[in-house]
Amino acid sequence: MAKVLMKGNEAIGKAAIEAGCKFFFGYPITPQSELPEYLSDELPKVGGTFVQAESELAAINMVYGAAAAGARVLTSSSSPGLALKQEGIGYITNADLPAVVVNMMRGGPGLGTIQPGQADYHMCVKGGSNGDYHNIVLAPASVQEAVDMVMDAFDLADFYRTPVMILSDGLIGQMMEPVEFNYSPKKDLPSKDAWALKGKGNGEKHMIVNLNMDAEDCENHNIALQKKYDVIEKDEQAWEEYCMDDAEYAFVSYGTASRIVKSSVDTLRAAGHKVGLIRPKTLYPFPVNAFQRPNIKKYLDVEMSMGQMADDVKLACNDKNKVVFYGRTGGIILTPEEVVEFGKSVMGGDK
Amino acid sequence: MSTQRVCCAGFGGQGVLSMGKLLAYAGMLEGKEVSWCPSYGPEMRGGTANCSIVVSDEPVGSPVITADATASIVMNQPSYDKFVEIVGAGGTIILNSSLIESKVDRTDVKAYYVPANDIAKDLGNPKLANIVLLGALLEVDKTVSEQAVLDAFTKVFGENKAKFIPINKEALAKGAEFVKAQQ
Repeated sequence: MAKVLMKGNEAIGKAAIEAGCKFFFGYPITPQSELPEYLSDELPKVGGTFVQAESELAAINMVYGAAAAGARVLTSSSSPGLALKQEGIGYITNADLPAVVVNMMRGGPGLGTIQPGQADYHMCVKGGSNGDYHNIVLAPASVQEAVDMVMDAFDLADFYRTPVMILSDGLIGQMMEPVEFNYSPKKDLPSKDAWALKGKGNGEKHMIVNLNMDAEDCENHNIALQKKYDVIEKDEQAWEEYCMDDAEYAFVSYGTASRIVKSSVDTLRAAGHKVGLIRPKTLYPFPVNAFQRPNIKKYLDVEMSMGQMADDVKLACNDKNKVVFYGRTGGIILTPEEVVEFGKSVMGGDK
Repeated sequence: MSTQRVCCAGFGGQGVLSMGKLLAYAGMLEGKEVSWCPSYGPEMRGGTANCSIVVSDEPVGSPVITADATASIVMNQPSYDKFVEIVGAGGTIILNSSLIESKVDRTDVKAYYVPANDIAKDLGNPKLANIVLLGALLEVDKTVSEQAVLDAFTKVFGENKAKFIPINKEALAKGAEFVKAQQ
């Protein structure tokens, strides 16, 4: 299929349809509204259902219902809207149900700004709902990667029976890049017939429940969830390395910020600095395997936040003194020039 | 390796974002790596609009242009004030002299003054001003080929706009012609 130039938000909508998503429930919010707008046109054409709900709470609970019925279902929002959806995400997680949630982050906290941000790392990666849980969190750095990750997200959600989050930002949502759509399931996916609520007929009775009256049962359920997370942490770490072969210093950055940092790495390399970039593609599971590098003198964590992923980098490299942070927040997009200056302040001036 | 980093700026309604899309799509059709990045914010009708386009032989790093643009097309005075400094040394600035009175006082860039609104009016459609300026840029910088822009036209605006290709072709040529005289 030939490449087309598409906005990130619209490309994600198309990717979802290509991956067999038939249901979208959401509520508009800048900077992701082109995604529901696109699906409101396109989902009905493939026999799907688009609902603009009365609120984010309603939307996420419609997702809960569609997921319980075994459907491939998507919702999307941006930071404050995602905050409203957290309760439902916790319920869906507790019920072992697959769903895909897109967060096109903007500046926060509260209503914040509508410009791009990355300050929802804690909310989305550490869990913004109650209880012991994780969601798989994927962080695309281009429109093509957003497309590929949305397709993967539906597979991962079905395979592990868990919500999967696409943690992106307003810039990727608004920008246009060439994309192509090639969906083929990456995993051997189990049938949903064993648990989905599709009408009993002559079959077995299925139940999707959230409340557990017995503490011991609830603990056992948590242990089962944790076993699932152990597998995810072992098998699903993903990251990209750029100029890391002989690197003595490593930038760490994800999503839009990593695009800026890549340009800065080129500039610093040209000035003689042995520096590279580790770009986590999965934020949960965090790619700890990428940080087993005793030769790295410092990890330069760069985010469009006041420093959230930096905590995970400290844990991953097991040396908090090796991690330094630089970030801009509130909707300000980092410039390659300021990242270069940060790099030089850590590594010394021109070589 | 060649990387063209172009900023297009003007006020809402001048076709600033569309002009950028044509450039990015044309680059893609030529097999280049491209990105198109709009500024977005709580803009008001008639407020400023701008977009960053990168056309490169290499995968695009930062899609946002904050400095060192290779070229800038500016369509009105407020954009001129904001974007004249974004162009790096040796870069190109194409100005819509129908609406911009300022003259570029930098000596390290090439500036071209194109009365795009007047040329577009002569062509019979003032909406063509953006295409006239794009034609001027293509003539000076060869960012992409004119044919690629024409091929991109229906991709950006839809098949039902194909009937406007001849007049747009003419507008590109007028812009190129005008700027040739200044070279």
